[in-house]
Amino acid sequence: MTLAVTVASLPVVEASRTIELQDVSAGYDGVPVLRDVDLTVRAGELLALVGPNGAGKSTLLKVVAGLLPPMRGRVRVLGARAGEESGRVAYLPQAESLRWDYPLLVEDVVLMGRIAKLGVGRRAAAADREDARAALARVDARDLAQRPIAALSGGQRQRVLLARTLVAGPDVLLLDEPATGVDPTTEEQLMRVLEQLAAEGKTVVVSTHDLAGVMAHFPRVVSLNGRIVADGTTAVLRDDRILRETYGGHRPGGPQLYGDEHHA
Amino acid sequence: MPDLFAPLAFTFVQRALVGSVLVGIVCASVGVFVVLRGLAFLGDAISHAAFPGVVIAFLFKVNLAIGGSIAAVASALTVGLIARRSGLREDVAIGVVFSGMFALGVVLFSGIKSYTGDLLGILFGDVLGVNEEQLAIAGVVTLVVVVSLWLVWKELVFVSFDPVGAAAAGLPVLRYDALLLALIGVTIAVSVQVVGIILVVAMLVTPAAAARLVALALAFAVGSAIVGIALSFFGNTASGATIVLVTTAVFALVWGIRAVRLRLLGA
Repeated sequence: MTLAVTVASLPVVEASRTIELQDVSAGYDGVPVLRDVDLTVRAGELLALVGPNGAGKSTLLKVVAGLLPPMRGRVRVLGARAGEESGRVAYLPQAESLRWDYPLLVEDVVLMGRIAKLGVGRRAAAADREDARAALARVDARDLAQRPIAALSGGQRQRVLLARTLVAGPDVLLLDEPATGVDPTTEEQLMRVLEQLAAEGKTVVVSTHDLAGVMAHFPRVVSLNGRIVADGTTAVLRDDRILRETYGGHRPGGPQLYGDEHHA
Repeated sequence: MPDLFAPLAFTFVQRALVGSVLVGIVCASVGVFVVLRGLAFLGDAISHAAFPGVVIAFLFKVNLAIGGSIAAVASALTVGLIARRSGLREDVAIGVVFSGMFALGVVLFSGIKSYTGDLLGILFGDVLGVNEEQLAIAGVVTLVVVVSLWLVWKELVFVSFDPVGAAAAGLPVLRYDALLLALIGVTIAVSVQVVGIILVVAMLVTPAAAARLVALALAFAVGSAIVGIALSFFGNTASGATIVLVTTAVFALVWGIRAVRLRLLGA
């Protein structure tokens, strides 16, 4: 056996595959929302999931996060089964599903990113608080640390949730519609952080309705409509045939144009 | 003016004071989560579901709080299970299970021919009749509940604030929900002795509604318990109900002050 063969049989790209879905179907109550999904994402990739409401964007993220067992197919994340990769995957849920009326401070929410690592009965230490402040600084929200969460704007909420994700220190980040309800300045800043994370070798997958933002920032786009319609560069979004297959007869310009027939 | 400390000469008043302060502590700390999660209706229902357990414990001459705890916790967990498995809305599952349990308690109760003062005490609370064994059990339960809450406080907050995010972070969300239900169940069962089945939900909800921060809620609950016992002694009124009325007054006061401050700040 020669050295050359050994190297060739252990290609570097194989090791860097962080998310692998083969022939995956998934849905709720026995009704599939997504069918026959094959998808491979590598370390360092920044990927946008686009498609109308009900297309399966959230479903796909939940399958990868291990929150929803697939009905069919094989899901591997960081070499393990989804949900069993011990805290190296962070999932950022849609902000409106959280209870922002709770009497919590921003710092409390950011520190939630540490809870799984801390374990039962252990309080956050000074070092954890320092990390929380550093994470807030990275999303340009350091001055929010002692603010009650009830007083936050939509953009500030997303900054806080991203800071919570950063504090968890994950290798794979799954973000469900982080651009919703966010002002353009915040979106630019959040995108810069996501680009940095990808450059550091993290895998970042983002679902979004903001196609202009995708055009400007994402090297890779996967368009969904119950299945993967297209998977490529932002050229996907300039292809009329792909857009028709993804969004039906409607031209995508904003959520209001997507039409109710797409709701799952 | 009467001597405010004179009642403390009576052993039964001392016991009542300790009992109602323990109930104030345990109810206010669990109550913070009852209010945050919007579980007031569930709390009311659990207290009624404790009734058949209490009657059966009475029939077999077992401690009433133990019988009540078992019935309350079992019913609370059953509701969680039914709501998840059958797809019924949780409030519907609660309505079915707990009214059924309460009816079972009433039927069993109506079959008892002997003296039933203890059981009436369970319905309306009888803190002045509380004995040392009951106090000891209340003390142990309070300790267990407070220590459990201290251990998993941050996890319970995470799971309540963002269940999906908590599950994604690897927390066993269903097990924490079950733990919370169990803590609510034993808290109610042990508190029923003091304020009774019909009023226990007030101890659980009102202090935590007046102040959602646990330290303040605890202060309100303990203060209301002490003031309530004193008022009921001098006014010769039902003690459990008097304590509840004091918590209601505190709640009204806090929200009144809040409304006035908002008006002033807005103007």
